[in-house]
Amino acid sequence: MDLDELKKKLLTMASHAETAVNEALRALIERDYELALRVKENDNVIDQLEVEIDDMAIHLLAKAPLASDLRLVTVAMKISQNLERVGDEATKIAKRARDLSQEPPVKVVVDLPRMAKLALDMLKAALDAFVNRDPIAARALIPRDKEVDGINKQVTNQLAQYMVENPDTIKRCLNLITVSRSLERIADHATNVAEEVVYLYEALDIRHTGKTGLVAKGNV
Amino acid sequence: MNLTMTPEEIKTAPGRNVEQPKAAASKPENRTAPAPGAAAARPFSALSVKNLSVFFAKNQVLKSVSIEIQAQAVTAIIGPSGCGKSTFLRALNRMHELIPTARVEGDIRLFGQDIYGKDVEPVIVRRRVGMVFQKSNPFPTMSIGENVTVGLRLNGVRNRAMLMEQTEKSLRMAALWDEVKDRLNAPAVSLSGGQQQRLCIARALAVQPEVLLMDEPASALDPLATSKIEDLIRELKKDYTIVIVTHNMQQAARASDHTAFFYMGELVEFGATPQIFTAPKEKRTEDYVTGRFG
Repeated sequence: MDLDELKKKLLTMASHAETAVNEALRALIERDYELALRVKENDNVIDQLEVEIDDMAIHLLAKAPLASDLRLVTVAMKISQNLERVGDEATKIAKRARDLSQEPPVKVVVDLPRMAKLALDMLKAALDAFVNRDPIAARALIPRDKEVDGINKQVTNQLAQYMVENPDTIKRCLNLITVSRSLERIADHATNVAEEVVYLYEALDIRHTGKTGLVAKGNV
Repeated sequence: MNLTMTPEEIKTAPGRNVEQPKAAASKPENRTAPAPGAAAARPFSALSVKNLSVFFAKNQVLKSVSIEIQAQAVTAIIGPSGCGKSTFLRALNRMHELIPTARVEGDIRLFGQDIYGKDVEPVIVRRRVGMVFQKSNPFPTMSIGENVTVGLRLNGVRNRAMLMEQTEKSLRMAALWDEVKDRLNAPAVSLSGGQQQRLCIARALAVQPEVLLMDEPASALDPLATSKIEDLIRELKKDYTIVIVTHNMQQAARASDHTAFFYMGELVEFGATPQIFTAPKEKRTEDYVTGRFG
């Protein structure tokens, strides 16, 4: 068992997590009941991968890796934890998609599609930065989290307003608010992954520093 | 980045480098890597080494090494076999003078005094800078007690009370007293390997040195005995300056405050131990500590 295998397993997990979010959103948009159920069932695979990655990591740590190897093992554990939560959020979206598919659509225009695209792009960019050893790209995506937060707030307010005016849609609107919050959480997890990627490749901890990302590379 | 850490700061140094405030980060020119050797420079250097080169006949084994060894701290020297670690260590107490073809150039100051000065006796240097070797080497014909006091007796100390006092003190410092106090007259070779090594440390401490050099002191010991030696090293640094050569990265990570990486006779990188093992600046250091070469 070595570091390459750990990395490979992490990438497998990443691809499952990304697919889960994609399909949950497709189930929501296409009102596809069956697909929503499948996403929920597939979450087990992601959970199992998290356990396997932790197991590999603990075995690798027993060999006392150092420097970038040490950083990779600790970062892999943290990224896998974030991916597991991304999987959970995908499941949440899928559950709401399942319920919403059984009822008439809500006639309200909210910016969920743009939010979904942003969150998914962030997740993809964070994972690409990991694969491509690109801390600059990782730093660049961090500020986009604010944008997602903003849309979440806006969507929540719009839906709250709509609910007041159309009490018969409360249940459905609450489902949409949950979807919005899940997307916001996915963007948060993408940000966490990006921060870990920066630590992995630059050996710098940028968490909780109020950094918006784009900092000159020369300071490493 | 503060590269002149006090021992207290080292204890609290984060394993993960936290990014500097924006003001500092936006001026990369302020954060260019310092020359190797400058990392631990501070007023309380026990040993100040400048441009140290060592030759054996025409072969240059150490190439202009400059380093500040901090007092009352543990400095680990790491690097692959043949990189000059032991040669460096031996230069610090003039051991090379025992080899006819060896030649030492450069400047080494022990608390400000040039140890290679014309009026400085090598014997005095070796008393102030003690040494413990890889293989424990108690004098086989002597008892445990005699081994501890041999240095003092060779220096003319005859007072039995003083010798006894120093025996107990040294053995206590070497964390061996409780195990041997009832059999000080037993042959030193009756002790286990780990105990023999601690006896050698006690022997080195008995002459009250200021610096203790250790050349792979635990490489022949089992994990329990190794852990006792490492505990001892941490304890001794309260009073002594310790320089330890080790092939064991984990040992350096556990027991030292600063780590110097030597490669092919050069000092490649020198810094706080957590930095060297989690985020080395030099690629050669990274490659060595991750086992990619060496």
